Amino acid sequence: MSPEVKPDFLISPEGLRVDGRRVDEMRPIELKVGVLKQANGSASIRQGKTYIIAGVYGPRELHPRHLTLNDRAYLRVEYRMATFSVPDRKRPAPSRREKEISMVIANALKPALFLEEFPKAVVDVFIQVIQADGGTRCAAINAASLALADAGIPMRSLIPAVAVGKADGKLLVDLGDEEDKYGQGDVPMAIMPPTEEITLLQQDGSFTREELQEAMQMGINSCKYLHELQKEALRRAYVKKAPEDGNDDDDEDDFEDDLETDLGEAELMEDE
Amino acid sequence: MGDYSTETISHIDREFIADLLHKGERLDGRAFNEYRDLEIEVNVVAAKAEGSAIVRLGDTSVVAGVKVLVGEPYPDSPDEGVTMVTAEMSPIASPLFDLGPPKENAIELARVVDRGVRESETVDVKSLCIEEGKKVYMVFADVYPLEYDGNLIDASSIAVNAALLTTKYPEMKWEDKKVVATGEILSLPINNIAVEHTVAKIDNHLILDTILKEEFAQDCRLTMAIDRDDNFTAMQKGGGSGPMSLELVDQAMEMALEVHKDIYTAIEEAVKSVE
Repeated sequence: MSPEVKPDFLISPEGLRVDGRRVDEMRPIELKVGVLKQANGSASIRQGKTYIIAGVYGPRELHPRHLTLNDRAYLRVEYRMATFSVPDRKRPAPSRREKEISMVIANALKPALFLEEFPKAVVDVFIQVIQADGGTRCAAINAASLALADAGIPMRSLIPAVAVGKADGKLLVDLGDEEDKYGQGDVPMAIMPPTEEITLLQQDGSFTREELQEAMQMGINSCKYLHELQKEALRRAYVKKAPEDGNDDDDEDDFEDDLETDLGEAELMEDE
Repeated sequence: MGDYSTETISHIDREFIADLLHKGERLDGRAFNEYRDLEIEVNVVAAKAEGSAIVRLGDTSVVAGVKVLVGEPYPDSPDEGVTMVTAEMSPIASPLFDLGPPKENAIELARVVDRGVRESETVDVKSLCIEEGKKVYMVFADVYPLEYDGNLIDASSIAVNAALLTTKYPEMKWEDKKVVATGEILSLPINNIAVEHTVAKIDNHLILDTILKEEFAQDCRLTMAIDRDDNFTAMQKGGGSGPMSLELVDQAMEMALEVHKDIYTAIEEAVKSVE
């Protein structure tokens, strides 16, 4: 019942978007690591008005058994929207959309994880969308990747994700709700920053080949920025804790180095 | 929640908890009639939900959101709106919760919290009528646990009440056989407020606001909804099949009455903070 009005234009004559952003500007992003005590790892993201919490359980025993993989852990992702996260109340049962998004998120995260370390187990990623305001699948990936790192699941790198799109003929990064609904197209994507390989790519709407090339380059640039925010959020969560429960023989600098190695990002840092 | 007592707690743990209680102590050092630290944050889903709240009770936390929709009334109450509370035991909240359709625990949680709201006539359903027999407001309050460390019922009840009290929705009227917005923003017609308090029984001891371990050790629990005038508007004995004597039930009611005002005041303060 929240009032929904279609804006007159998505790009103003001055070249600004409905919420005043430039075309290549992301919404304000707040990432927090370790927000849930029961989960083995967790993270929350606020991206504009979008608010999502991700919790990771595992590696743990897999039920039902028939899903077991003998050579690696099963990555189970459950993306769910709260009934009150959207303007009309969403029906509580999982929708086809939620199931598809759960699958593409799993595929986006999988390439970064060393799942072969945990044969026959399951790593559960539960994603709860508390408030949806565009770009939820990408925001969900940003949070889920942090939650996996927080759970200590070995990984090659964090996975940042962003939705690039088109409105009024212009390419935009990090689509908001109105741009998503009334724009001309949407390209959600996720990358593995060290190699810039793409792990999530979907598209709807209409783009020329050149537009898509440009859109994907914009996406990669934004993902790199997001990747920095993710690393910062991890550092905030762990460096702060170091004096209390870190090993006595580790000083804080060592701890930070260990963190980078754990993330498999030592090489990337040297490049910079 | 529920009857995990035989499955997931060792006899040693159970005995340890019971022994502590005999000495007048609890695992986390609280008094028997003491709630954990309570934090209520309202309007957390301000952009999409008509009302919302996150409640943290120690390490248990839940988020509740209210959606107000326009729908058709039930045939047997054509001039009354509808209120409904649902709850899901989302697996994000605990390693004990499984994926899949709601199990009996989740259904019990939803129905117990729902009864607290409904039986106390918290929302004046007559005022939720737009046009008799045609259109009424339907108020859905949905609860999602985020962290489960015991006593989901009380946390959910507090969250639902805080969300209902802060709900703002656009007024509708019946014109030319359809529903149109008047442009006014309304608060829900609130008649009463009933908060639920859950007391667990372990041997002959009663304790309020159990943490998870205590919940595993409990023989049973008794949930009581108490309204503004200290009337009991709903009760539920659950969480195990242990019997309870009349004396213990009476003692439980007294415990609930003692803490009721404090919880009620905490909700009121949280609501006031946004007015």
